[in-house]
Amino acid sequence: MSFPLTTFILSIMTSSTPLLLAASGELVVEKSGVLNLGLEGMMLVGAVVGFAVTYHTGSALLGAFCGALAGMLLASVFAVLTLSLLANQVATGLALTIFGTGLSALAGSSYVGLAGPPIPILDVPVLSALPVIGPIVFQQNGFVYASFALLGAIAWFLYRSHAGLILRAVGDSHEAAHAIGYNVIGIRYLAVAFGGAMAGLAGADLSIGYNTNWAENMTAGRGWIALALVVFSTWRPFWLVVGAYLFGGIMYASLYVQGTGLAIPSQFVASLPYLATIAVLVAISRDRARIRLNAPACLGLSFRAAG
Amino acid sequence: MLRIRLEPRGERSLLWTVASPVVAIALTVIAAGAIFALLGRAPGEALYTFLIAPLVSDNGPPELLVKAAPLVLIGVGLSLGFRAGVWNIGAEGQYILGAICGAGLGLAYPETPALVLYPAMMLLGVLGGAALGAIPALLRTRFNASEILTSLMLTYVMQLLLIYLVTGPWRDPEGYGFPQTAMFSPDATAPILFEGTRVHLGALTALAVALAGWLLLGRSVYGFQLRVLGQAPRAARFAGFSENRLVWLSMLLSGGLAGLAGLFEVSGPIGQLMPSISPGYGFTAIIVAYLGRLHPLGVLVAGLTLALSYLGGEAAQIELKLPSAVTGIFQGVLLFFLLGCDLLILYRIRLTRPRVLGAA
Repeated sequence: MSFPLTTFILSIMTSSTPLLLAASGELVVEKSGVLNLGLEGMMLVGAVVGFAVTYHTGSALLGAFCGALAGMLLASVFAVLTLSLLANQVATGLALTIFGTGLSALAGSSYVGLAGPPIPILDVPVLSALPVIGPIVFQQNGFVYASFALLGAIAWFLYRSHAGLILRAVGDSHEAAHAIGYNVIGIRYLAVAFGGAMAGLAGADLSIGYNTNWAENMTAGRGWIALALVVFSTWRPFWLVVGAYLFGGIMYASLYVQGTGLAIPSQFVASLPYLATIAVLVAISRDRARIRLNAPACLGLSFRAAG
Repeated sequence: MLRIRLEPRGERSLLWTVASPVVAIALTVIAAGAIFALLGRAPGEALYTFLIAPLVSDNGPPELLVKAAPLVLIGVGLSLGFRAGVWNIGAEGQYILGAICGAGLGLAYPETPALVLYPAMMLLGVLGGAALGAIPALLRTRFNASEILTSLMLTYVMQLLLIYLVTGPWRDPEGYGFPQTAMFSPDATAPILFEGTRVHLGALTALAVALAGWLLLGRSVYGFQLRVLGQAPRAARFAGFSENRLVWLSMLLSGGLAGLAGLFEVSGPIGQLMPSISPGYGFTAIIVAYLGRLHPLGVLVAGLTLALSYLGGEAAQIELKLPSAVTGIFQGVLLFFLLGCDLLILYRIRLTRPRVLGAA
């Protein structure tokens, strides 16, 4: 067969992973009732920090860790403003993106054009020799494995653990959760910090896994697409995987088609992921009842304990 | 042990509504000094280069007006929408489509007398921006889709459309292969207001739009409805105000103004279409709207303030050898401080000592 199916699937997986990482972090944040629109900014900062650390130390693991930490730091600025100072979440999220875009461009200016070390492939011996399945399931970089492990852990946490139940309660009715005695603000701080770490990790994946270089604005809207994916999934982890892979696939396909030199102008093909995001949002959001049933009821609302 | 407690004021503090931006700007200047120091530049000197030098230079004040014009035009439109909870964050895309539509006419009929051509270009700029604003409005009112995400996604599409046009069908055949269109003819160029400067009709239009926005907000039924919808959505619904109509109004208005800003910019200071026609005016205008207290006259002042951040950024790039990205950082920091200080509009901060029972 001339069509390289395995390579094709592998490429889709690496292009979907940053989306899946960022969106699963935002899922936890939104489940706690907070809307953080700053994903794009946190991803960019995670990308530049991840690249810089990997470039200097040669360790992708350390790079990923520092990228996540950077995302978490940025998210904590958002948390202080929205949770302690009761600032509007939409405006603060936008501020985070503007700030993160500027910060990453400044910090990364001396790294533009440098090539980082290739990402190590974690090969599971014996199993990776299986045809087709082997390379796809048992021969990936750490980010791909981590994205599934983390999403599984998140799904388990949200729906099978007591702490997850509390987090969902905080997101669905902060007044009631507070009345029972839960620390609404404290729980939201943790959720926002976790979401920031995941966004930072997603950014690090872009600059040390998916690519091995840093470029200004390299996220190209992936943070916003990840936000749309959370709506697309109607806040359910399994559908997040479907959405992330659908969009990873579209992004890869658009690159692939541009590479084949078809007669279509490449800009039209490049705009496909953005148009698809709009189409998908419309398709899901039009069912108001389903959105209302699944969206955390306190999403985007500030909370202040009375008295 | 002192505890910090937030006490609701019960009403909006007028004092803090006005004082918050001033405090936020002061804090941002301090933070900027610290950032300069971190980057290894002398803070005092760097701040002078960034904030003062552009103002005292000969062409500083007119250049400030050139940069402020698009910010005010877009900011006025956004501020009306933000009041009603309509989050048009795709002004950058509407700016681009407005520029494309108006520029298309100017490039197609360069010999038409300016008195006919330029107003028609302005009209097309408004229509182009409004048309792009109409899409998120339709998707929100008909399909309940978040205008935040749809308007932003369209911005990416518009950037690609612009690149397609200037590298493809609209590229100047005599432009040595550069990705740009031909220069606009004198008839298709924005009229200059003051001889010897780059201040163009857009600055005057921005002033007029701010005044008109003030009248619309304070003196019209629509303005009243926008304010009620933002502050008390339930009351607005009971009063029978149509939320959908206000979404449409805000999106068309803010889109149209952003489109007009784009048309002025390409037909004025830039002079042609090229891949990059905005240093992020559409996003900075969000900060302008907030800093201006979502009030058209406040936006006027805020627009001038943020215009300075662009001039300062250019100066810092040339004289301090800093990347222009510092402008974005300062803008983000400013919005952070502003949103934080705005807490004091609705709350006062009390330091309380937990009372011990039995103590006098």
